[in-house]
Amino acid sequence: MEIVGRAALFLALAVCLYGIAASIYGGVSKRREWVDSGRRSVYALAIVLTVAFAIVEVAFLTSSFKYNVVAGHSSTTTPTFYKASAMWSSQEGSMLLWVWLLSLWSSLVTFLTRKRMRDVLPWATAALLGYGLFFTGLLVFFVHPFATTAIVPADGAGLNPLLRYPAMMIHPPMLYSGYTLFSIPFAFAVGALIAGRVDAEWIRSTRRFALAAWLMLGCGILLGARWSYSELGWGGYWAWDAVENASLMPWLTGTAFLHSVMIQERRGMLKIWNVSLVLLTGILCILGTFLVRSGILDSIHAFGGSTLGVPFVVMLGAMGIASVGLVVWRRGMLKSEHRLDSLLSRESIFLGNNIVLVGLCFVVFWGTFFPLISEAFTGDETSVGPPWFSRYTVPLALVLVLLSGIGPLVAWRRNTASNLRRTFAIPVACGVITLIALLPVNGVPQKPLALAMFALGAFVAGTVGQELFRGVRARRVTTGEAYPLAAVSLVRRNRRRYGGYLVHLGITVLFVGVAASSAFQHAHDVRMNVGETAHVGGYDVKYLRATGTIAKDPSGTGALMDLGAVLDVSKNGKHIATLRPSRGYYPSDDTSQGTLMSLINGEPTSEVAMKSGPLRDFWTAVSPDFAKLQPIIEQGNKVVPQGNIDAAVLVLAAISQNYQNHPPAATFRIISSPLVMWIWLGGLITISGALIALWPAPDAARRRATAGLKARVAQDLGRA
Amino acid sequence: MDPARKRSIRLVVALTAALLLAGGLVYTSFSAGNPARSPSELIAATDPGKTYKLTGKVVNGSITREGHTINFRVRDRTGTASIPVTYTGAVPDPFRDGREVIVTVSRKSGDVYAGARDSLITKCPSKFTAEKTGASPT
Repeated sequence: MEIVGRAALFLALAVCLYGIAASIYGGVSKRREWVDSGRRSVYALAIVLTVAFAIVEVAFLTSSFKYNVVAGHSSTTTPTFYKASAMWSSQEGSMLLWVWLLSLWSSLVTFLTRKRMRDVLPWATAALLGYGLFFTGLLVFFVHPFATTAIVPADGAGLNPLLRYPAMMIHPPMLYSGYTLFSIPFAFAVGALIAGRVDAEWIRSTRRFALAAWLMLGCGILLGARWSYSELGWGGYWAWDAVENASLMPWLTGTAFLHSVMIQERRGMLKIWNVSLVLLTGILCILGTFLVRSGILDSIHAFGGSTLGVPFVVMLGAMGIASVGLVVWRRGMLKSEHRLDSLLSRESIFLGNNIVLVGLCFVVFWGTFFPLISEAFTGDETSVGPPWFSRYTVPLALVLVLLSGIGPLVAWRRNTASNLRRTFAIPVACGVITLIALLPVNGVPQKPLALAMFALGAFVAGTVGQELFRGVRARRVTTGEAYPLAAVSLVRRNRRRYGGYLVHLGITVLFVGVAASSAFQHAHDVRMNVGETAHVGGYDVKYLRATGTIAKDPSGTGALMDLGAVLDVSKNGKHIATLRPSRGYYPSDDTSQGTLMSLINGEPTSEVAMKSGPLRDFWTAVSPDFAKLQPIIEQGNKVVPQGNIDAAVLVLAAISQNYQNHPPAATFRIISSPLVMWIWLGGLITISGALIALWPAPDAARRRATAGLKARVAQDLGRA
Repeated sequence: MDPARKRSIRLVVALTAALLLAGGLVYTSFSAGNPARSPSELIAATDPGKTYKLTGKVVNGSITREGHTINFRVRDRTGTASIPVTYTGAVPDPFRDGREVIVTVSRKSGDVYAGARDSLITKCPSKFTAEKTGASPT
């Protein structure tokens, strides 16, 4: 099958080359049959890549270790669900996933727009296939998913146990869907610029894709945060790690784009800004993939050793130069049709939100690349940590939340003072009341930034509530519907608007969760013997007993030995929860230290135990003192005959039983953190809001059919 | 005021503000960052009292625990020069022999370097796929 796979990749490369040539020729000569042929090559690419993807996936599922990529990232002991998703933990698999998703989304958009945007489509198709060409080129010439070995190993290295977490397995496809979906507005912006059709039509055609990209990328980021919180054993959800920042940057500029395009659709303004934003977002998506995959930020020296570094830099350079060139070339066409009428108008608020979001992106970019920048300027590789990021991102986030509350309250163009007083009264009152109510709470006034976030959060909630209520009331007056029905039909008829408001609310809830959990967290690392008690943030945590099990790993990740603890959490003598954190030990393919050791010397991971609640999370992780077990294991190693797995498992069972009966002191990390659940809840609200905005409105199809015609007529009338 | 003039004044004000903010950002990043050092660079020259970001790999078999404290040696990514580090607190899951770590340290008495609490990070797992370490779990 590897021959078929390799052939599929070569074919994909040829399809991309042909499709680009056909589309460009069709675009230049205006010959429909060539444009159609170019479009069909996108479908062909999707089919060919699906074959390649399926072959690798089947190889993983059937543990076909003759493939290097399978042997390196899966094993017979890896549970089936994780076998299926182990593919994208590898460099080769993730590149294939990227281009496969690209081909699927591209097929969808070229299919949906096949009867519209005839002058833009060939160029957009060429740009999309350009992406395809780059990634299939990488798969053909640089990383080889179908490389095989003559001597087939008996077992593989296994999926890194840290990645054996359900959210982590969906996280890469989500992120990559976000990246590839953002390449669609990018391609259409390029197409619109080349074709000279820079009205809002390309934005309308790709708006849903931009929104879906934003949603997927956001979900991916959130799943990554969730994984970090519940799997990595340190209890945080965000560390300003380069890999996290890489996915955050395009999300920030994408958010800015989703807002500013509304100004272009409504008022024909900010055209240069919009194309620049979407081109920047497209470039940042490739940059994100590059950062994670090339290892450049480990050190500038790792870059030389990476096979993907140079091609990515060439691609990024080409995208950057082409983007700047196109915008400069078409700057005459990108003139605004209107000017800002007033600083207090929805346009201005959107503009402010855009500046803040791009500013945030710049802060993240600078902090992420600072090691390289400082090495270039001072010769000294210096990095900045989370405090530096917080210094800038926290105030910017506060402004952003404030603007997200103001935006819906001000009208387009101009506002009168009396109008403003009326619309702002209730939301401002919500914010002020929250501020006053929280001031006497112990410890809150000492954290002014968190307090500001709570007050602003109430302000946004007030805005969203008021706008929804006013809409429902107006609808009730005109239709006489009951409140619940009026609310449903209001949202159904204005999905984009109320979906957007819900997103504002969700992001605000998320920010309140972040502010509370980072400002008021109690974290302690303690070493305890059985029977001892630790005091954390007003709670008593007693180490009741140790646990040791073999092949009974509770979370189904394939850990062979599991050592843990049973903790009793209480407050003022009242029982709150019984928590069972543990640490899983996994088999590895390294048998140099004996058969016994090979069963447990894979990457050990924490199985976090927590009691989550709407107001507080109580989070615990345990690190058993493995060094104390080392002498016993070494003795066991001598007893167990080389290669006798059954005997080794029996000895390990005795060792873990011994650990349970006579446990040495263990180290615990105990965290009491308020409102963490709000982060995940805010994420869910945001996702539902985005889904509402994404869902087609009932009569959208009809409107869409006539909108293009109307626009043409209007344009012609305008000219006449 | 003439609207064109008003617009250009606004533009100048906005650009100046942006430049000032960017300047502040650049300045603080250069002053707030800790210089990154490899073990051999720290052996060659250390300023007592100054903090560094030590990057390197954990020497195989060097990890020992004394109560809360973990002692280990960090060596150059490529090379054998190594320095002892003492660290208090929980370490991330991926921490183990041979693993690449970054930890903020300052020089204590003698040649021992003290790690700042909660500063130890290991490289993100997406970066160490298919890595082989002949090491024992911690």
